[in-house]
Amino acid sequence: MDLSPIWLTLKLAGIATLLLLLIGLPFAWWLSRGKSFIKIIFEAIITMPLVLPPSVLGFYLLLAFSPQHGLGKWLHDTFDVQLVFSFPGLVLASVIYSMPFMVGPVKSALQQLPVSLAEASYTLGKTEWQTFRYVLLPNIKPSLLTSAVLTFAHTLGEFGVVLMIGGNIPGVTRVASIAVYDSVEKMDYASANNYSLILFSITFVLVIAVFMFNKYQAKGPIA
Amino acid sequence: MISIDIEIKLKAHHGGQLLKIKRQFVSGSVTKIWGPSGSGKTTLLKMIAGLSAPRKGKIVADGITWFDDEQPINLSPQKRHIGFVFQNYALFPNMTVQQHLEYASNDTGWIKRLLQLGQLDNFTTHKPDHLSGGQQQRLAILRALATKPKLLLMDEPFSALDSKMKTTLIAELKLLLKQLGVTTIVVSHNLQELEMFEGEVMDFDDEV
Repeated sequence: MDLSPIWLTLKLAGIATLLLLLIGLPFAWWLSRGKSFIKIIFEAIITMPLVLPPSVLGFYLLLAFSPQHGLGKWLHDTFDVQLVFSFPGLVLASVIYSMPFMVGPVKSALQQLPVSLAEASYTLGKTEWQTFRYVLLPNIKPSLLTSAVLTFAHTLGEFGVVLMIGGNIPGVTRVASIAVYDSVEKMDYASANNYSLILFSITFVLVIAVFMFNKYQAKGPIA
Repeated sequence: MISIDIEIKLKAHHGGQLLKIKRQFVSGSVTKIWGPSGSGKTTLLKMIAGLSAPRKGKIVADGITWFDDEQPINLSPQKRHIGFVFQNYALFPNMTVQQHLEYASNDTGWIKRLLQLGQLDNFTTHKPDHLSGGQQQRLAILRALATKPKLLLMDEPFSALDSKMKTTLIAELKLLLKQLGVTTIVVSHNLQELEMFEGEVMDFDDEV
């Protein structure tokens, strides 16, 4: 059995989750603070992948990343970078596709914290960044972990977007979900079952781990 | 000396009244603000702290303008160097008693003294969830004092303390505030509670 689709999937999910932690956390923080029309627009844009068929999102990303059009052409002509049918393209698509799974829960968790926590920190002379880093972020740890795991698990299961952007290139863009589809197409049910079982097991273990962590957090040690 | 001449618009669910406050707070003095719930006491404290802004007016502390709608100036809470005791304590659930004080100050000697004052020296590794209501309230007061502020704003600071603890803490606190020369504004809806504190009374019913 060729395990490369599994490793590629884990690599893709890991990189996408890390990038989303870096991009998504400050973004969620910004969205959680006050209301403005521009924030509503941004929030709507990042929520679109939740409601759009993945193939629609994949189609537009394919157009955007294509070396013949706009962004893709500029990247190709300026930096000699091709995002379509490449691993970096998959990563970028995954970041966009999984963004609502990271930003949404983190934003809600930040909004549920009492405003007075941040206010107390400001009166102690702390900056907004120090307040975010030392007060707000540690107090949404369970939501943060849940978001990260959901993002990871969601990226593991990507299919439509990945197929449109990456196609099915072994070792480059052939992730596990594509390998399952490909195996079924070839009537190779044994391989399809193996890939499916591995994905199922990884996801199940991840979800169990999150539930156990959240239960432990709820009990909470004294210090 | 802190000089306040501001206009506050109360929220609609509190009547939406316009409150005009003109007052001077002498350095090192204690002012007790009394008034019913929703009369704007907490709002006033938050405006002094820079956590919200008045409709218009001016706040000047020791010659430095903190707020002036005409210039316009609105100094951030970080730059006002005040201590604030919140009504809901606003303790950080992720931090222990010790970490609360270390977050506010690097002065270990001062932290030790505060812990003794608040009788929390045996609870340094406890997080707020594992403290009683009185201990949480004391921690909120100690944290506000940890930065050695020039102005201490206290919003209903003694409501969760039993009368014995209240008497002890207020006695110690009065001494400490005097030593530090901290200008103090303490707010309560319970006039009897404020009686234990010596100082000028500002009745919010008269201000509306």
